[in-house]
Amino acid sequence: MKNTISERVADFLKNFPPFNELKRNELQTLSEQIHIVYRERGSTIFAEGEAPHDHFYLIHKGAVSLTKKPKNEIVDICDEGDIFGLRPLMANEKYKLDAKAHEESILYAVPIDIFKPYAQENKEVGNFLIESFASNTRNPYSESHRGKLYGEKENVESPDPSTRLLDLQPVKYSKNLVSCSPGMTAKMLAETMTKRKVGSILVVQGDLPVGMVTDKDLRNKIVTGAYPIDTPASKIMTAPVITYPKKLTITQAQMAMMKSNISHLCLTKDGTPNTKAVGILSKHDVMVALGNNPAVLIKAIKRSTKYKQIKPIRNNIMDLLRGYLEQNIPITLTSKIISELNDACIKQCIKISLGKMEKAPPAKFAWLAIGSQGRSEQLLHTDQDNALVFEDVPESKLPETTAYFLELSRRVNKGLFTIGYDYCPAEMMASNPKWCLSLTEWKNKISHWIINPGADEVLLSSIFFDYNLSYGTKELVEEISAHIFETVGKYPVFYLHLASGALQNPSPTGFFRQFLVEQDGAHKDFFDIKRRALMPLTDAARVLILSHSIKGINNTAERFEKLAELEPNNAEFYLSCSYATKALLKFRTIQGLLHNDSGRFIALDKLTKEEKIKLKRTFKTIKELQEVISVRFKVSNILR
Amino acid sequence: MGLFKKNTRPELPDFWKTYEASFQEKPKYIWDRQQFVVLDTETTGFDFEEDRILCIGALLVQGQTILVKESFEVYLLQERYNSETAEIHGILKRGKLQKIPELKALKRLLIYLGNRIIVAHHTQFDITMINRALRRHNLPQLKNKTLDTAILYQRSLIKSKLLERKAHYSLDELADKFNISKKDRHTAIGDAYITAIAFLKIVSKLKKKKDFALKPLLE
Repeated sequence: MKNTISERVADFLKNFPPFNELKRNELQTLSEQIHIVYRERGSTIFAEGEAPHDHFYLIHKGAVSLTKKPKNEIVDICDEGDIFGLRPLMANEKYKLDAKAHEESILYAVPIDIFKPYAQENKEVGNFLIESFASNTRNPYSESHRGKLYGEKENVESPDPSTRLLDLQPVKYSKNLVSCSPGMTAKMLAETMTKRKVGSILVVQGDLPVGMVTDKDLRNKIVTGAYPIDTPASKIMTAPVITYPKKLTITQAQMAMMKSNISHLCLTKDGTPNTKAVGILSKHDVMVALGNNPAVLIKAIKRSTKYKQIKPIRNNIMDLLRGYLEQNIPITLTSKIISELNDACIKQCIKISLGKMEKAPPAKFAWLAIGSQGRSEQLLHTDQDNALVFEDVPESKLPETTAYFLELSRRVNKGLFTIGYDYCPAEMMASNPKWCLSLTEWKNKISHWIINPGADEVLLSSIFFDYNLSYGTKELVEEISAHIFETVGKYPVFYLHLASGALQNPSPTGFFRQFLVEQDGAHKDFFDIKRRALMPLTDAARVLILSHSIKGINNTAERFEKLAELEPNNAEFYLSCSYATKALLKFRTIQGLLHNDSGRFIALDKLTKEEKIKLKRTFKTIKELQEVISVRFKVSNILR
Repeated sequence: MGLFKKNTRPELPDFWKTYEASFQEKPKYIWDRQQFVVLDTETTGFDFEEDRILCIGALLVQGQTILVKESFEVYLLQERYNSETAEIHGILKRGKLQKIPELKALKRLLIYLGNRIIVAHHTQFDITMINRALRRHNLPQLKNKTLDTAILYQRSLIKSKLLERKAHYSLDELADKFNISKKDRHTAIGDAYITAIAFLKIVSKLKKKKDFALKPLLE
């Protein structure tokens, strides 16, 4: 009988080793026996000490983390096309690592009893497995295990975390080779380099590399006036070229650059200058691979031309964040840097989307981050919240203009999803026609919220009024801000409603000062740090700062600092609010990194006594703040 | 419709009796052990009287797993042909695909289904199409419990006043929301696959809600 699904499975398998070495009929038999398994983020696929399953796994979609107890140290993160959980099956022993869905994943479970004979008969398959067992965990110690595929014990030594994932990883070089002929003039090659956004250009004769011109060469030889601008490349290039084979590890590349005191390596087919050049490796590429420098990451983001290229950079950003938190770098600085990087990712996504549109935008527009992203308080991967405003156009043009920006937003939302921002479950996204409006439409909507402040309107205001420009025309945003203050000026009763909204959040502690945990649902017995602790602070800061007619400061901690400046009498109190906000934010971020989620729900039994005391200290500030709001805006008990 | 037929009801074939017998056992409806058949049909159109089933594709789901080996795919020989819908599903009247008579296809389907729960997107349509086909061969209606991913999806959405729920969510919308490739869209088995992945994702969301149980969801 025809089985389209197994054909599709085979289509996928044949692209990835070792399955690409299988014969057609073998692949077909194997594909029919595969199970397609879905796993939600965070769920366990197998656990350390568990007896081996009948299947090993190939990732079709998503990512899986392999971690080692007791510290849950990440040994490897497997990606689409990677296999895992095979070695214990081959060796017939228990799993030595935990495998968890790092992202929502679809796995192909491959039955070992059908696969094993193929692996033993087919030399290519066997060799691949030996190699991958030796290197797939990217474990520097596993070198000594080469050649012992069957019955080999898994390496239990864990690598030193500081070198983990780094040294022996093969470097990613740019395959998109920018080259020129020896006769090209300095002016022309500089133009090419600018256009392609590279710092070096390879001079080739035939296919063979003969020299290289870098930014430095141009500076030293042309800009100084030593050579005229129409000098051919052959006169100013650095020659001969230092060449290396393409299978270079990061450490090797660093050594090579240090040894020859150069910033660019040319990679050729066999490593000699007598074969075709296949790529250039720059110091920048090495830095990106090491991923520990914000400036390098920003540059890498700006060079991306596809959404998919941004995704690994976002992982580097998370590593950077982890490092900052471990080194106890102040959270204000940390969140500034990380927000800046996240912002750059969003901007690049929009740029890529704009490039994909058939026409240029028919009107000026601004892409707004709203909610926690607008406040730059979102350090972890979370949902996207955004909106779009475009300048007013004649009524006859409105439908097509709206259609254009909706289409653009749809692409951007999808792009953001690809790089790791989940869709907003409440559809607070620019692709939703409710949140993609002209300036006048926005003004009308905002006026409606302010004039009729019901519970929904106040909630919407609290999400939307923290908007921040991600991309586009600043004037549009300033007009919205002016409109808000003007309207609130006419309807000051709005503050009262916003203030009472700020007092709606449930209390963090009960009568006996115990933590109040969730009563039911998926997070039963967890503490909701967002709703019970962070939101009261955020909401209060918003109403206070708006009542001072200040727009442009969205970050809650910064708002409190500004308030301290505006009200010197209460400076000390506001600074303690700012401190509490930062402490809670850091707390949430650490929790989120620990569990690969948003960090919102906290298991209290996992906290140390010290952490609990720290948390409780912030609650006192929250309580005082709510009293200040209640008194200042005269929120009556009826409204509450 | 079946009321006045009762007296003249002919002897039912053995495969039907086997199918019927599989329902005697009282089901327990335990999510992880329950087997689901995720199914889709391609038809010549949307008229239950006039139009005919051209293809049935189905996948077996248990726990969080799709068993590829147990997938089901039949193409049916039909006299009726509609060139408009052919543009959508691409099944030609004299195509290369191996086709079998309707009754034979129904027999295979019933053997495959047994008492498993049927899952589809807008289940009502597929079930009615199959039931009409059964009736043409003097067979009773399907006895399986059903689930509809269109309805389940609505239930999985957050309850928020800010979110306007649509009355209908198409399979395309679900595929977009859940980032499922639409490569084999508009083939019965391809749509069944999209539905199956969407089904697994929806259920994992529903499971997080309070009082999740399979039984109350069944129709």
